[in-house]
Amino acid sequence: MTDRLSLLQSNSSTETPAAPAQPAADAVARYALGLGDDALVLAQRLGEWISNAPELEEDVALGNIGLDLLGHARGFLAYAGSAWGKTEDDLAYFRDEPEFRSRWLFELPNGQSGLDFGFTILRQLVASLYFGALYRRLAASADPSLAAIAAKAVKEVAYHAEHATLWTLRLGLGTDESHGRMTRALADLWPFVGELFDADPATAGLDGIAVSPESLRDEVLAGATAVLEDAGLAAPQVPFARGGGREGWHSEQFGRLLGEMQVLARAHPGATW
Amino acid sequence: MQARPRPAEPELADVWDAAATVVDPELPVLTIEDLGMLRRVRLDGDVAVVQITPTYSGCPAVDALRADIVAALAARGRDARVEVTLSPAWTTDWMSAEGRRKLEEFGIAPPRPRGADGIVALGLGIRCPQCGSLHTRELSRYGSTSCKALWQCQSCGEPFDRFKEL
Repeated sequence: MTDRLSLLQSNSSTETPAAPAQPAADAVARYALGLGDDALVLAQRLGEWISNAPELEEDVALGNIGLDLLGHARGFLAYAGSAWGKTEDDLAYFRDEPEFRSRWLFELPNGQSGLDFGFTILRQLVASLYFGALYRRLAASADPSLAAIAAKAVKEVAYHAEHATLWTLRLGLGTDESHGRMTRALADLWPFVGELFDADPATAGLDGIAVSPESLRDEVLAGATAVLEDAGLAAPQVPFARGGGREGWHSEQFGRLLGEMQVLARAHPGATW
Repeated sequence: MQARPRPAEPELADVWDAAATVVDPELPVLTIEDLGMLRRVRLDGDVAVVQITPTYSGCPAVDALRADIVAALAARGRDARVEVTLSPAWTTDWMSAEGRRKLEEFGIAPPRPRGADGIVALGLGIRCPQCGSLHTRELSRYGSTSCKALWQCQSCGEPFDRFKEL
């Protein structure tokens, strides 16, 4: 595959005081980029709920969870950018689809036919358990910046997991309607869970710094399965979809997400308000 | 970790005290010192360097605080620069006793001590900051900002914010 990170490499010789320690600066930055993209893309999806959630409290909750994720994304992207002479905004607003390294789970629309609260809750359940498992390990990274971002984030995603767990139980054990919709949402979502544990090419050579995605599989799946079981739901026995987000492959809907996220910054470069 | 690491050296203490006047734009009764966000001050030549730590990763108040700190130091005739540090991660345990008291007076139930590790289990009732009743219930785990949850008092009927332990 051709290298899709041309933009990111253009200033790779620029040094800034905050850049990760050489010689692994570029490698660490590429790893941080994937983590930042996951959080950024999910934050953007959660933002779509603001003024659309089933109740005002959930508007506020999903907005706040999205804001936390945006904070994690800013940490990772600002750190990645420091190795390339880029700002967090350069990376968020001025990369195209193939340059993003986010996994597909995070970019899926909030439901197959319009906004679906059950789908969002199930995605939050898996995502929060995944982020929790990842950041607990990353907090012990030999890279102090990654460790600091993760140690801060891990406390916040614990609240996200709790929020998603309570709603999964309520909807799974609720009415026939809510149970049926959760079952359908689970069928739509589950094929994309496996990609979270696929190898990340950016972890190569970063032993002790990066976390192997495969090492998270058992903990995340066991955690999610336990909540689903308590909620009277079950993960469907389906093969996992291919994904490939860490190599720059994305779904059709991702372009629309980026279009909405980037349009203002691209129409008015450098604008502040 | 000291909750209020105000330096003893007079010139640094002066910088600290100036920075410590800055309030959180979303919780205007609390200064950044009350919140435990003010971590350290030092001098880089003539420039005061003020180190703060955000309460939450996505805290939108940080940019406003940065400007307010620079302005507070400028009012004392000093150039300043603000550094934001994530490590060690902020915890509600750094909030001062004074800060907790002011928070409750303002109508927000203060966070409880968090202890050594993990989020504290919900055992004790949360006291209504309006009437003091312990007969309260949670309406939503998330409130007007990430750091708060929405509660309601069953005795006086008032809804109120509760600062979550972190």
